[in-house]
Amino acid sequence: MNGKTVGIVGYGSYVPKFRIDAEEITRIWGEEAKRVKEGLGIQEKSVPDIDEDAATLAVEAARNAVKHAGIDSKEIGALYVGSESHPYAVKPTATIVAEAIGATPNLTAVDMEFACKAGTAAIQCCMGMCVAGMFKYGMAIGSDTSQGRPGDALEYSAGAGAAAFIIGTENLVAEIEATCSFTTDTPDFWRRPGADFPSHGGRFTGEPAYFKHVISASKMLIEKTGVKPAELDYAVFHQPNGKFPLQAAKMLGIPAEKVKQGLITPYIGNTYSAASLLGLNSVLDVAKPGERILMTSFGSGAGSDAFLIRVLDGIEKKRGRARSLQSYVDEKEYVEYGVYVKHRRKLKSL
Amino acid sequence: MTGTGLALTWRKIPERYNLLGSHCDNCGENFFPIRNICPNCRRKGRMGGTKFSGKGVIYSHTFVTSPPTGFELEAPYAIAIVQLAEGPKLTAQIVDGDYEKVKIGAPVEMVFRKIQEDGKEGLIHYGFKFKLI
Ligand SMILES: [Zn+2]
Repeated sequence: MNGKTVGIVGYGSYVPKFRIDAEEITRIWGEEAKRVKEGLGIQEKSVPDIDEDAATLAVEAARNAVKHAGIDSKEIGALYVGSESHPYAVKPTATIVAEAIGATPNLTAVDMEFACKAGTAAIQCCMGMCVAGMFKYGMAIGSDTSQGRPGDALEYSAGAGAAAFIIGTENLVAEIEATCSFTTDTPDFWRRPGADFPSHGGRFTGEPAYFKHVISASKMLIEKTGVKPAELDYAVFHQPNGKFPLQAAKMLGIPAEKVKQGLITPYIGNTYSAASLLGLNSVLDVAKPGERILMTSFGSGAGSDAFLIRVLDGIEKKRGRARSLQSYVDEKEYVEYGVYVKHRRKLKSL
Repeated sequence: MTGTGLALTWRKIPERYNLLGSHCDNCGENFFPIRNICPNCRRKGRMGGTKFSGKGVIYSHTFVTSPPTGFELEAPYAIAIVQLAEGPKLTAQIVDGDYEKVKIGAPVEMVFRKIQEDGKEGLIHYGFKFKLI
């Protein structure tokens, strides 16, 4: 970028162990399981334990990223946590994470919020600062334990997870060749202060929001870099459900099989700020040097950040240093709706 | 929470977040939580800081079904004395279910969790718990 190489030094993920099957939720609300599962492309979703929140998830992912990168945490000069479920309204999640990975006190840290794309915005900040030589490494995290109103369509999709990326200019596992963003004021999804659950524009969230922004940002990146869709080995999109990313790929002329590896939502639900980043995590866990990845996030409100990433030789020697995303996806225990309600404190008195 | 309570919580952050303890260079023993004086060597002790790996085994355990105020939602849960790989013992909650596998000698590792919330408006306390591996 601007004549300097910048990219990913290491990355890590975390997904809580508990799952609820979409069928168990349909049982409560009297909906047809097959129709919901096929309609949303979601089989089950992750449920955080009662003592987990966006901060604890972020810490676990950040610790895995440090292990994977093999760096000294004290060399991290900036730490950004993107989330829409920060545990405090005022008091940063980023300071908790920075302390828990031993990166304090010589760094800048701040929380970011832009619905589901705050984590990719954090990557862009770290890229610019690393290229400018302000510090050696920056850490960008997307972490969420988001909620859906009981009975709302979001209840089938709102999952929990975190992904952390260490950005730098050397010892890279992948180079970020280019990035660009597409942003407008679009009222598709919001949550006012003090409200427990978000409100959304139903069908309005699709065409003018998700697709317009994801497609525009992706096309802008393709034009800017001159990369052809056929030259891409993987494509990762924000994944509010299991269907939208496949539709977006089709609109861009990218075959469905290039999307599958980075499509995690069917197994753990929509992890909001972590969703596209966990998709990238999943791709990097298997990608070979030389392969190229398109990643485009989406945040309601609305905007998309697109990235063109090239996997480097350095990826091989760091493989296996930290837990893989797949190991978290596979380690699971199912809960019933009643336990889920308790875990998520959905009753006002909890 | 009072100022004294906050100060105590704040002082314990290195121990609770990162399992920082003490090591005596004279006798070689490790301690948790942090100690300033080695109980073995007294004045001859040479104490320094050390960070424990977070790996250990269950030394002893119990199940809590009638929890204290603030922990009602977590019950039933397992509390264990964990012996760290480096020697010291500490008390912590065992998370992630699978309570039939909570046994003496079972290997565990540290995880980062919420320990307690001071009501809906108060501080959230974070720190170590352990999970079976
Ligand atoms: Zn001693």
